Amino acid sequence: MKGLEPLPAVERGDAAQAGEGRWRKIVWPATVFLASVVLWGAVVHFGSIPPYILPGPLLVMRTLIADWPVLSASLGVTLFTALEGFIAAAIGGIALALLFKQSKWLEYALLPYAIVLQVTPVIAIAPLMLIYLPQQAAVVACAWIVAFFPVLANTTLGLNSVDRHLAGLFQLNNASRWQTLRYLQLPSALPFILGGLRIAGGLSLIGAVAAEIAAGAAGSGSGLAYRIAESSYRLNIPRMFAALLLLSIAGIVIYMLLALVSHALLRRWHESALRKEK
Amino acid sequence: MTGLRMPSPDSFAIRLRDVSKVYDNGKRGLGPLDLDIRQGEFVSLLGASGCGKSTTLRLIAGLAAASSGTIEVPARASRHGIGFVFQEPTLMPWTTVRENVRLPLKLAHLPDAESSPRVTDALLQVGLSDFADAFPRELSGGMKMRVSLARALVTSPEVLLLDEPFAALDEITRFKLNNDLLGLWRKLGKTVVFVTHSVFESVYLSQRVVVMTSRPGHVHSEHAVVTNEPRDDAFRTSVAYADYCRDVSHALMQATGAGVSA
Repeated sequence: MKGLEPLPAVERGDAAQAGEGRWRKIVWPATVFLASVVLWGAVVHFGSIPPYILPGPLLVMRTLIADWPVLSASLGVTLFTALEGFIAAAIGGIALALLFKQSKWLEYALLPYAIVLQVTPVIAIAPLMLIYLPQQAAVVACAWIVAFFPVLANTTLGLNSVDRHLAGLFQLNNASRWQTLRYLQLPSALPFILGGLRIAGGLSLIGAVAAEIAAGAAGSGSGLAYRIAESSYRLNIPRMFAALLLLSIAGIVIYMLLALVSHALLRRWHESALRKEK
Repeated sequence: MTGLRMPSPDSFAIRLRDVSKVYDNGKRGLGPLDLDIRQGEFVSLLGASGCGKSTTLRLIAGLAAASSGTIEVPARASRHGIGFVFQEPTLMPWTTVRENVRLPLKLAHLPDAESSPRVTDALLQVGLSDFADAFPRELSGGMKMRVSLARALVTSPEVLLLDEPFAALDEITRFKLNNDLLGLWRKLGKTVVFVTHSVFESVYLSQRVVVMTSRPGHVHSEHAVVTNEPRDDAFRTSVAYADYCRDVSHALMQATGAGVSA
């Protein structure tokens, strides 16, 4: 007879497990984060480290609030640049992959250049771009160069991962190229494309910042990276930290937004977005 | 209804003459093969794995090209003459059961308003009306196969080609689907070509079992399965059924044995 006795125990176990999950996922990382911030403050305070070498966390927060008008405007500029680069990378990467899929001639002709652009560090290309293009266009171009390759590579992988039997079914039904693309290849590739976009989101921010630093060195500029360079010249280290903090947060938010979009599109059918079976 | 009908002898649905298939590596996988299938007939192609029975089916469907010989399939002239059921359910995981079944009609540019009643009808025929809005991953293996069957039926093809459709299912589900397939065949009167490696399945289902040899595959022998009783679970346990199975098994052993020594 295993009727009433074990049941409450099981319930208690579940509740305890749920509590443990919340503890491990939220409370524990938050505690570690707070502890490290406190440690940082303590090191600065008790070590008597001057703020132009390492500012304490409180000073960084105060600077962030005090300099908010300047920093937020710069953040807006950088984010807008990254967004333009990201959209160009998404469109360019997907379109190029589709072209390659339609024609092997195009793929063999152009893929080497895509790889060259990918393996050459953007910080080395940025000065050239600034010579050939207007400044804003050059910065967007750099963001695009860094971000488009993962989209291209992932989309290509996705387009080549179509179920062979499904492809046969489309052939049997005399599907046109457009129908095969629209109803078979693109949906099959969607999880791969979204994976590529998630990487591209962070990379477009990196590309924008790298180009802004190169551009800032050349003269005018008002992006967040320019603020960092400027602060470093003026030894305004607290503002440098505040700008860095904003950049990190922007990167995290971009990643989370893209993860959310990916989850919303895949949650009904793709393994990656399904809950684990209990 | 006994499931046995006699169309005029010249109204063939599928005719293969001297058909062979040489693979890219130069090996002859199939043939020379002669095969005639009448309209409305239920024929099974039986053979060991790799004997070319699936290839034969793909040749009939036009999914692959023969290396030599002639293949006549009048049904291929019309756009939806052929329904094909693969070994795997082969469903699109990103969309619902309803949209999966609708696919062949959609590819034929039929507006949704016109295709919807036909989709509903096809789902009714395979007993999945309640699952139209489910996603494939939410279904069992047998149910997925039913969706695949509904998708093949939705265009009302003249010829239905099935490539070991139930091989991956458990025996209980397979028996159930065998009965359902027979019911559909009696009701709809399609020409059915059923590829299997199961002696018992082929005898249970078909009017004629074509036993194939291996490497290269060609026809070893043909066995008509004639029965006046309805094919149901009683038939499955009858002496006549057991006799047919013994004969066909014997032929299959000869066919695969011959293939090995060749």
